[in-house]
Amino acid sequence: MLSIDKLRVSYGQSEVVHGVSLDLKPNEIVAVMGRNGMGKTTLMKSLMGIVPSGEGAIKLDGNSIEKKESYQRVEDGLAFVPQGRMIFSTMTVTENIETGLTVTGKSKVPEDIYELFPVLKEMKSRRGGNLSGGQQQQLAIARALASNPKVLLLDEPTEGIQPSIIKEMARTLRKIRDERGLSIIVSEQVLSFALDIADRVLVIENGEIVHESNREDIDAEKVSAFLSV
Amino acid sequence: MIGDYTYVEFSSILAMQGFAGLSLFSVFVLMALGLAIIFGQMGVINMAHGEFMILGAYVTYFCSLFFQEYLPSLFGIYFFIAMILAFFVSGALGVVVEWLMIRHLYKRPLDTLLATWGLSLILQQFYRSVFGAREVGVTLPDWLLGSISLTDIIDVPINGLFVMAITLTITLGVAFIMYKSTWGKQIRAVVQNRTMAGAVGINTKMVDRMTYGLGCGIAGVAGSAFTMIGSTGPTAGQLYIVDTFLVVVFGGAASLLGTIASAFTISQAQSTMEFFMSGSTAKVLTLLTVVGILMLRPQGLFTLKIRR
Repeated sequence: MLSIDKLRVSYGQSEVVHGVSLDLKPNEIVAVMGRNGMGKTTLMKSLMGIVPSGEGAIKLDGNSIEKKESYQRVEDGLAFVPQGRMIFSTMTVTENIETGLTVTGKSKVPEDIYELFPVLKEMKSRRGGNLSGGQQQQLAIARALASNPKVLLLDEPTEGIQPSIIKEMARTLRKIRDERGLSIIVSEQVLSFALDIADRVLVIENGEIVHESNREDIDAEKVSAFLSV
Repeated sequence: MIGDYTYVEFSSILAMQGFAGLSLFSVFVLMALGLAIIFGQMGVINMAHGEFMILGAYVTYFCSLFFQEYLPSLFGIYFFIAMILAFFVSGALGVVVEWLMIRHLYKRPLDTLLATWGLSLILQQFYRSVFGAREVGVTLPDWLLGSISLTDIIDVPINGLFVMAITLTITLGVAFIMYKSTWGKQIRAVVQNRTMAGAVGINTKMVDRMTYGLGCGIAGVAGSAFTMIGSTGPTAGQLYIVDTFLVVVFGGAASLLGTIASAFTISQAQSTMEFFMSGSTAKVLTLLTVVGILMLRPQGLFTLKIRR
């Protein structure tokens, strides 16, 4: 579905991601784990075209997208839920979701999005900035889903969210995957969440993938050793 | 008796000055609407806003000459055509300017001040060289001349009413575009977080260009309306740019309603006081009051209440 080949990303002269390769299969959820400063967010941003990528190729459904602008990547089927949510805080909940509809050409929020996140329907005309952290996270996911993506990128979705809602979120994301048949890349630091949701876990350290295993045969201790400081 | 006036005279003076204030209010709103979009929403300090306005005024002037010369039978409606033309000419110049200059400066808002100030000097000289340094005035069609007498003393000029009607229409149009249309949603999303707007699928560069164009286009229409009130010269825009910024900042930069409320307050205060004291004293008093209020309330009159 999404294939990344020897991707290199740098900020000015300093290279942060050193040749990461990753093949995301259709309907698969991959968790990219790693400590702070190891390149998770940079990887996500370069996939989305927010940070320009240096060498390497990114292919979505066989089409090269590494030279495209962010909005064109969304047209091709990528969607992004950034770290810190980044919802449009002065716009209402409905308007926030509607911004995600831009590439579909629709103007009304499809009902199935509200079915996934009933709380957003209740809060419809509240300003996004006045929602709680967990609600904002749901809003950010709803906004991303509005563009009907093939691949969903989530950057540290559990950051700053209480444990019970994290469980709930894992369930919702799996449900979204099953219902819509999309693929998900999620970057994470919380191992339990990753094990809950992912089919495959990768560990990124200093901008390189250093460990990879399927969920069935994952060595949780080894992964958590990578994550501990 | 108040001073040398009877009560009837005094209240009529207040009413007429109030109406003159409303005309001024209309022009302020028209000018400030464009700037509220460009400065309030996009954060670009557009010092050339007055020159975009004057471009609209020149378009109206040439339109009136053209109709007088070639289509005298349609002279009565030339003003509407002139306004539409003014919108598109100023808007088109805005799009070009955005492409040449502004788009490189979104991350450096203070530099837009310098760049657009330079642009305003260039445009002024351009007008002077091409259209001549002399001020020009348009000929109004007959139905816009004269006034309606409400009482023996109170006279209301028709062109003032016309400007108000235009202002109302355009204000409603802008409010609709910004708050109801898909384009408006995209504008607000881009303004709030350009990177994220791109990542949800909005073509941010296109939205920026069209938004700047819209703001400049509205300035053009303001200039068109302006020809009914003052004469048009290469530097006439300069006189109004300070007032316009004052209105937008006083109203609270991101709020359309605030812009309107502040235009109303400033124009009414100014025109009522102007009758009783000299113009410059009135201006000083207005400025002092606004400065005082802004010191107490730096965010302007109206702001959105959200968690930051």
